[in-house]
Amino acid sequence: MKQKAHIRFSLNGEETEVAFAPHKTLLEVLREDLNLTGTKHGCELGECGTCTVLVDGRAILSCLFLGLDAKGREVKTIEGMADGATLHPLQETFADLGAAQCGYCSPGFLLVAEELLQKNAKPTRDEIKEALSGNLCRCTGYIKIYEAVELAAAQMRGEVYELPRESFYGCE
Amino acid sequence: MTVGAGLVPARTPEIQDNRAGTSPAPTIMAKNSNNGRPLNVVGKPFRKVDARAKCTGQTKFADDIVLPRMLYCKILRSHEPHAIIKSIDVSKARALPGVFAVITGRDLPIPYGILPVSQDEHALSIDKVRFIGDPVAAVAAIDEDVAFDAMNLIEVEYERLNTISSIEEAVMIDEPRIHEYGDGGNIHKKVSLEFGDVEAGFAEADLIREDTFFYEGSTHLPMEQHAAVGYFDPDNKLTLWSATQTPHYVHRALAKVLGLRASHIRVIATPNGGGFGGKSDPFNHEVIVCKLAMMTGRPVKCTLTREEVFYCHRGRHPVLMHVKTGVKKDGAITAMHFQSFLDGGAYGSYGVASTFYTGALQTVTYEVPRYKFQGLRAFTNKPPCGPKRGHGTPQPRYALEVHLDKIAEQLNLDPAEMRKRHLVKPNSVTANYLRVGSMGLGQCIDKVVAGADWKNKFSGWNGNSRRLPAGKGIGIACSSYICGAGLPIYWNNMPQSGVQLRLDRQGGVCVMCGSVDIGQGSDSILAYIVAEILGIDPFDIRVITADTDLTPVDLGSYSSRVTLMTGNAAIQAAERARELLVMAVAEKLKVPIENISLAERRAFDVENPEVGVSFAEAVVLAESKFGTIGTVGSYTPPASPGKYKGAGVGPSPAYSYSAAVAEVDVDPNTGIVVVERIWIAHDIGKSINPVLVMGQVEGSVYMGLGEILMEEMAYRGNRNVVHKFPSMLEYKSPTTMEMCDVKTYLIEDPDPNGPFGAKEVGQGPLLPVPPAVANAVYDAVGVRIDEVPITPEKVLKALREKKSGRDGRFGPTSVPSVVWPDPQRILTPAEGGDGREMPRVAVHS
Repeated sequence: MKQKAHIRFSLNGEETEVAFAPHKTLLEVLREDLNLTGTKHGCELGECGTCTVLVDGRAILSCLFLGLDAKGREVKTIEGMADGATLHPLQETFADLGAAQCGYCSPGFLLVAEELLQKNAKPTRDEIKEALSGNLCRCTGYIKIYEAVELAAAQMRGEVYELPRESFYGCE
Repeated sequence: MTVGAGLVPARTPEIQDNRAGTSPAPTIMAKNSNNGRPLNVVGKPFRKVDARAKCTGQTKFADDIVLPRMLYCKILRSHEPHAIIKSIDVSKARALPGVFAVITGRDLPIPYGILPVSQDEHALSIDKVRFIGDPVAAVAAIDEDVAFDAMNLIEVEYERLNTISSIEEAVMIDEPRIHEYGDGGNIHKKVSLEFGDVEAGFAEADLIREDTFFYEGSTHLPMEQHAAVGYFDPDNKLTLWSATQTPHYVHRALAKVLGLRASHIRVIATPNGGGFGGKSDPFNHEVIVCKLAMMTGRPVKCTLTREEVFYCHRGRHPVLMHVKTGVKKDGAITAMHFQSFLDGGAYGSYGVASTFYTGALQTVTYEVPRYKFQGLRAFTNKPPCGPKRGHGTPQPRYALEVHLDKIAEQLNLDPAEMRKRHLVKPNSVTANYLRVGSMGLGQCIDKVVAGADWKNKFSGWNGNSRRLPAGKGIGIACSSYICGAGLPIYWNNMPQSGVQLRLDRQGGVCVMCGSVDIGQGSDSILAYIVAEILGIDPFDIRVITADTDLTPVDLGSYSSRVTLMTGNAAIQAAERARELLVMAVAEKLKVPIENISLAERRAFDVENPEVGVSFAEAVVLAESKFGTIGTVGSYTPPASPGKYKGAGVGPSPAYSYSAAVAEVDVDPNTGIVVVERIWIAHDIGKSINPVLVMGQVEGSVYMGLGEILMEEMAYRGNRNVVHKFPSMLEYKSPTTMEMCDVKTYLIEDPDPNGPFGAKEVGQGPLLPVPPAVANAVYDAVGVRIDEVPITPEKVLKALREKKSGRDGRFGPTSVPSVVWPDPQRILTPAEGGDGREMPRVAVHS
């Protein structure tokens, strides 16, 4: 058995202590040593964005981030996105629009979108596309994801915003 | 929080009041409708029942399963494309501390395969490897690192064999054979069918055109890598959790290979993190974790790396095609002869079905009175091909729709009008005996033509009258897809789908079905349909699916069968439960049975709506009267009129239809094609949930866009059998930056065989996208790219050809010369045929 490393960091707002094999990525530490399996993996090579988490508010690929480097930082995963039982507006709109089909890439998309909306409360469609361009989704064609981000952004700005009927029923 | 759009029913929806009977009458009245009752759930954009779990990271995928004492498995795969295994030495691996078991092909000698006719796979190769990535040995160890180290200690000695790397080579080179079965040499399957007198049809034509096309292979690339956990419990029962689209077929394969009673095996399909057909075969890692679990007495997990997922493949077959069509001056088809040559890769998989599918659905869009099909599937030393979204039909659809565009040009006809003029009629039987029910393609064409402003954008065939600016172009294509295969994969007389419903005295409703949610929302469909019929909220219902111990068989999430088949089975189960509730409530209220309505979680007298009981009380009344309330429903597709050999592929209870217009911008200096927008109309029959239908349409457009512009399973090396880029970075797929705008139109032409009239949407809308883009590229810059994907290199090459006064075409020019078997000859329905092969007349010299 290799000697384990031991760190403390803030995980979803909770002070956390964990021991793990020192070569492990943050992805592996989260999933295997902390049992937070909401963070998914699609390639483990930094190519698909699926394993995205927020470190100190910044979206990073947890498959390319050493667990050791999380020491003393604030890490947020999909498990920490809702406020208790109250979902984040992005989680609500993703659910309403079917922006999560298989749901496997959704944690990554949600966290990247959260980071975007923190920086830019009113992103244009092109800004949303650019922000999400590092995340692959094979189910949705991305369109329902854009709409969900736009709807959540409007709600977070406190605006009454309605998506067009065609988002739900198709064009007339 | 309220929903912004105001168009989505509330999350815990207030079910509409239907007591006053003011709701619009339902459009269809059939056994599979709501029996004339107004619809409160069906047709509305509800959330999926698992939406919250998926948006909070709580959905448990296969790799999320961790069991106490679990071991980890790694599979050693061949780095030789074609070789005899001379020896395998596992002694060093076994000796490594932390290793619990090492197995080779000798431990799992029984072959399996998804089709009964292609039982050609072993969980671990025994004597021979057939492609780079073929599994050779497997290890179970205390953790993944130890398993990996042990895997690398296994020594395998190979004796190389010559490889077969292409369709052409497979046709020409008989030895060495990749498999010892098939239709000779390295030909897996040859098919030859002729419906009606095709030569007579060509003789009637004003124009005969022939074209050759190639459609490159592509892979599913689900975001979730395949994973499986096996556990053999102390009572000698085996459980497998796996990311599979077909738990029932995996169950059967495990029983066969492991030599266990099927009744001692439980297969649980975990929610699939994307499937697209790639998780439809029984896989070697599923068998291996079970075997290792049986040997070690501990749970064993195997999660494939992304690279291994590329080797698992079972994706789109590369297909070379030749199509010859005779037409009248107005574009009416008099006869068609279609040839396809499939590069099958190293194993059978679904390949025999795929081969037939490349020739089956040409006849269900436009009238084809006489039709001949010849198909060939080759074995090559590459990862096996199988079913990917559209299974065997996007390739011929691309060929056919580009070919028709060329015909329209030669006849100087508007390609949209030409297509619309010759549509297959609803409620008809095609030349190859496919029974078409509802047929909304005409409306689909009208919608996309109007939406795209086709008439003002399409320049016609005279290059002097361009309507769009230089470099911009527009193209149209149509398609059709099955709503479930008419026949199961193995011959049996049982239903294809079963649903079981349990009502408890607390008012709880549990629906159980073998279907697998792969992201398309099949769990939700069950809840919506049961909720509709029982007058409750879909979120009141507990859905249990894809567990061979708990749920009745559904054959799986493939062939776009799930909504139609599980939906019909759910309707039957729910109607039976409803009948029990209604009888009990009518007796209690002392009103006639017909007066009882179920809605808003109540059962009440329609003539006196305040008189009624809650849904839970209704269940109590029914349970008091009849005992425990449980009902079942099942669905078996109607028999197909085709009786010839091969008639099993193509028949379906219903056919969906799609039409698409693509607008592109082609840069003549770089050859880069940008698809700006796609207008797509899909004949869904009836949307059970329109927002989920929209998601399937948009996702299909996306996947079709990837196939036409960039995705390819390409191989390199001097033998052309090494995967060029088994990684997500280099296997190009569309990101948000490449995805086009999509305008979707849902056409509702209810089909009598569909639940509430519903047809499929998961696969069909992919089909028109590649040819619509190809036709738009021609409109934009005047070159024909007769080979998918349309890469910048091909466009530039074709543009250069054109500049030098030649054809301005990129694509294959010939097909291999093949000795085809005498075709089965079948008279068409129009010729008075009965769907059977005509007797073969012996010719004596």
